[in-house]
Amino acid sequence: MASDEHIIDLKGVSKSFGDKKILDNINLYIRKGEFVTLLGPSGCGKTTTLRLIAGFLAPDEGEILLDGKDISGIPPYKRPFNTVFQRYALFPHLDVYDNIAFGLKLRKVPSEEIDQRVRKVLKLVSMTDYEERDVDSLSGGQQQRVAIARALVNQPEILLLDEPLAALDLKLRKDMQIELKEMHRELGITFIYVTHDQEEALTLSDTIVVMDEGRIQQIGTPTEVYNEPVNSFVADFIGESNILNGTMIRDRRVSFIGHEFDCVDEGFGENNPVDVVVRPEDIYFTKKEEKTQFTATVRSCTFKGVHYEMYVDTDTGYELMIQDYDAYPVDSVVRLYIDPDDIQVMRKERTCNTFEGEMADETHVEMLGGTFECLPQAGLKAGDKVRVEVAFDKVDLLDHQEEGELAGEVHFLLYKGDHYHLTILTEDGDHLWVDTDDIWDKGDLVGINFAPEDLKISKRNEA
Amino acid sequence: MKRSHWSIPYAIFLGVFVVLPLLLILVYALQDGSGHFTLANITRFFSDSDALGTFAVSIEVAIENTLICILLGYPAAWILANKELNRSAVTIVLFILPMWINALMRTLATAELFGMFGIPLGKGTLLFGMVYDYLPFMIYPIYNVLNKMDKSYAEAAQDLGATPWKVFWKVTVPLSMPGVASGVLMVFMPTVSTFAISEFLTNNKIKLFGTIIQENINSSMWNYGAALALIMLVIIGISTMFTGGRKEAEEALI
Repeated sequence: MASDEHIIDLKGVSKSFGDKKILDNINLYIRKGEFVTLLGPSGCGKTTTLRLIAGFLAPDEGEILLDGKDISGIPPYKRPFNTVFQRYALFPHLDVYDNIAFGLKLRKVPSEEIDQRVRKVLKLVSMTDYEERDVDSLSGGQQQRVAIARALVNQPEILLLDEPLAALDLKLRKDMQIELKEMHRELGITFIYVTHDQEEALTLSDTIVVMDEGRIQQIGTPTEVYNEPVNSFVADFIGESNILNGTMIRDRRVSFIGHEFDCVDEGFGENNPVDVVVRPEDIYFTKKEEKTQFTATVRSCTFKGVHYEMYVDTDTGYELMIQDYDAYPVDSVVRLYIDPDDIQVMRKERTCNTFEGEMADETHVEMLGGTFECLPQAGLKAGDKVRVEVAFDKVDLLDHQEEGELAGEVHFLLYKGDHYHLTILTEDGDHLWVDTDDIWDKGDLVGINFAPEDLKISKRNEA
Repeated sequence: MKRSHWSIPYAIFLGVFVVLPLLLILVYALQDGSGHFTLANITRFFSDSDALGTFAVSIEVAIENTLICILLGYPAAWILANKELNRSAVTIVLFILPMWINALMRTLATAELFGMFGIPLGKGTLLFGMVYDYLPFMIYPIYNVLNKMDKSYAEAAQDLGATPWKVFWKVTVPLSMPGVASGVLMVFMPTVSTFAISEFLTNNKIKLFGTIIQENINSSMWNYGAALALIMLVIIGISTMFTGGRKEAEEALI
């Protein structure tokens, strides 16, 4: 198990490819013997982080420490790590034995020892008697085992795994997960694992590092990131969840979906807007009136194997997802309650869009790479630096990019029970956030406009 | 009309321009001047010391040419396929550009240049001309294989402790052998059968196998010429099999 000693430290690591910032100021430590998973959607920077540690890439800024010493200048072939590649990268011109012995032969290990170690590691991955097989004749699962064996035979201090199970089918993937965990326990070395599969991360890891857009969103144990996500991205990415707008009435009392609930969170102030996460398995059905916190009408009910997944409309008009072992008929009215422990309150990262801009003239403001009409601003003249605030629900999204003053793409979306909360990435790389009742999909191209009266402009003090 | 019917024009083309000529070679090779079937043309070759000598020279020149093409072509292909060393497609076009000009014209021009600088024609000028003509046929298939090679193999080797030099010899070279094999195929046999280069660049001082086939056909000795052509075809067939993974070698050309 993990000790307190750090084996890897990433300090202020940033990496760009061309104009695109892939990693932005990553700070992370990995303890000796730990199973760490870098988890996030594609393009979040997790594979880049792994390749930086392996040495295939060099950071633009920051440093990577191994046992406290900077290894930036050390080429990958001198680092005491071995990698299991996503598509295995087994050498097609060598058989299983020679693939595994490749690293040992390079280090001029005596041939009897090579023999011994190859056999031992083949046993570890349950591939005894496959020595002479051509790697192309192996199934995906077998190639995977050989790839793991080829890395482990060198007795690395750290095993790096880049989505090693992504190409396997579900059943095999589950079996391999158990075997990997076994191997980790048996070998006691550090595993750094990259995946986009949250379930895999929850199953395998001692520590999960959730990443998005080149930044670390949360670091924690599987239970921590599942039960106490720090923001709506993590809540949405890990497991299923109902993410809702709420108001913290006071400590231990929060209101959402038009009802008030007891909770266990403190320190969010009074009457402050917050995000609330409730997992679908944490909303309970009850028959007793005194336990009932709210009622709802079942809209759909789907059997999912272990449980039923139901969508309900609450008496106050919010849609919630509920998972339960019992099915409730569609159109029936049900009584529901949520335990205080199961309500996770998160600080809102923002409550409206805030842009920095400059007045073009009395009725126009320049920001986000465009010029927008605004109401006449008394006391502001052309060239004044200003801050512009736009409420989430005051951003107009248009079907065609060219119809808007700005063009953008739907980057991320969250359903909040009665509306969608979208993150839009503009062509210039700025973010804006939109509340809308319309249905958009991730990747949709949109035009963006603001009505002049919705721009709240204030003078910005030069710092 | 069924989809398979679309192949009819191609089948006709293949029949008329590939299969029929091959059959004609076979028929001519096995006939004497008056149209009787005989093996005399084939046996004549094996007792014709002139022809056998030429054959030996041709093979020798072809081997030398192929080796030089590998030695020059492999590094060139490697540089072209290396995205850090070669950032533009222009360099690749420059390598292929000579192929746009007719080989005979290039050879004639080369001969003129040798004349201009007073370089005596002989084996050296012959090899120069051959390498000049055939080098792109070596570079292209090797470039193709290297270019398409998954770079994770090289990374995996590095990850396992291989220095860049070891990565090259233990992974890159073995994995690019199909490209080398098809390069050899495209250089070796055409060299054996060429006659124009030896004619222009040695003034026929050095005769190659192609030269004697051409001479026989030119002097209306069609049957013996056809027999020699047939022997060459058989050798091509055998050497194709010797290059091993034929399928891989073919893939290198795509």
